[in-house]
Amino acid sequence: MASGAQPQTRASNGLDQFFSSIQDQDNLSILDFAGASQANVSFITTLGHRIFSNDILHTLDEAFGGDGDFVANQADPNKADYFLRESLDFPERSFDGALVWDTLQFLAPPLLQETVDRLFHVLRPQSALLAFFHAEEKANQVPLYNYRIVESKMLSLTPRGERKPAQYFNNRSLEKLFQKFHSVKFFLTRDHLREVIVRR
Amino acid sequence: MSTAPATSHYSPEMRGPAVIGKSVMIKGQIFSREDLTIDGEIDGSVELQEHRLTVGPHGKLQAGVKAREIVVLGTIHGNVEASDKIDIRKDAKLVGDIKTARIVIEDGAYFKGSIDIARPEISKPAAVPAPKPAVAAPASPAANAAAASAPSSALSGELKR
Repeated sequence: MASGAQPQTRASNGLDQFFSSIQDQDNLSILDFAGASQANVSFITTLGHRIFSNDILHTLDEAFGGDGDFVANQADPNKADYFLRESLDFPERSFDGALVWDTLQFLAPPLLQETVDRLFHVLRPQSALLAFFHAEEKANQVPLYNYRIVESKMLSLTPRGERKPAQYFNNRSLEKLFQKFHSVKFFLTRDHLREVIVRR
Repeated sequence: MSTAPATSHYSPEMRGPAVIGKSVMIKGQIFSREDLTIDGEIDGSVELQEHRLTVGPHGKLQAGVKAREIVVLGTIHGNVEASDKIDIRKDAKLVGDIKTARIVIEDGAYFKGSIDIARPEISKPAAVPAPKPAVAAPASPAANAAAASAPSSALSGELKR
């Protein structure tokens, strides 16, 4: 996290949809790629759910950081295997929902599709997946955040630097990416963030 | 010359909580019936029935852990169960599944695994836990030394300095 970076709060229709889809249920298993935070753990466990927490940006850096280009390194099968094993090595239909945040936009196409296929594999039918994609086509660097849940439709975003996205996504490319899933719903926000709710 | 040895006598009430220091490595099981601080390396399991375990900043546990309360400042790889509370401090690292009644995670802590909040059962009367017998005595002189510093703790296995 950048030192002195101040969190900002923003409303999130995608998050609201995500929690609406699991309301009146308890004992669900939710996958959270934001990494451990008191806010997310408290919010989800207070609803009566179990949370599996993993800081996937940390795993991305472990797998593809270091020597060479971050995106080019994703073509290395050993590194890609390590990333998938560390991030998504779960039995089939382990989760009732996934909070993926903005992590998918940093994956290059072959690994990206493999990751989405693994998400499909570990999610139960009817479960929801929330993902964010920056909608600014010409952006060379996009901001990274720690995503913290304030309430069911409100997020706190703490900046943690910037990173080059592996590719730009529009609605069509996102529909193609999630074509195995039952449905894809978009919310375009004022701050150039495309919120996506995908139904398994 | 005075012969009064009063100040040199060992008194259990005078000492602090049991500590496994940062230069100690233990392979095996640790059971304790008092609070314990681990700042060394443990490979095995750690169980403190009704007491608090503190994993110090140098502590590295490759172990399943059970205690009433667990405070993590170092590293744990293994599943963790606390009947009351788990406190994962800044710069701590915990990889494993957690089962607890309450949890505190400071910003800057690294955690990977699942968190299951055990809801208290309201209708049941409070059960008095049966005292657990201590495990076999340590096998080596070094282990004996460590055990001597923690009289209400028992450990079995291999210990290295």
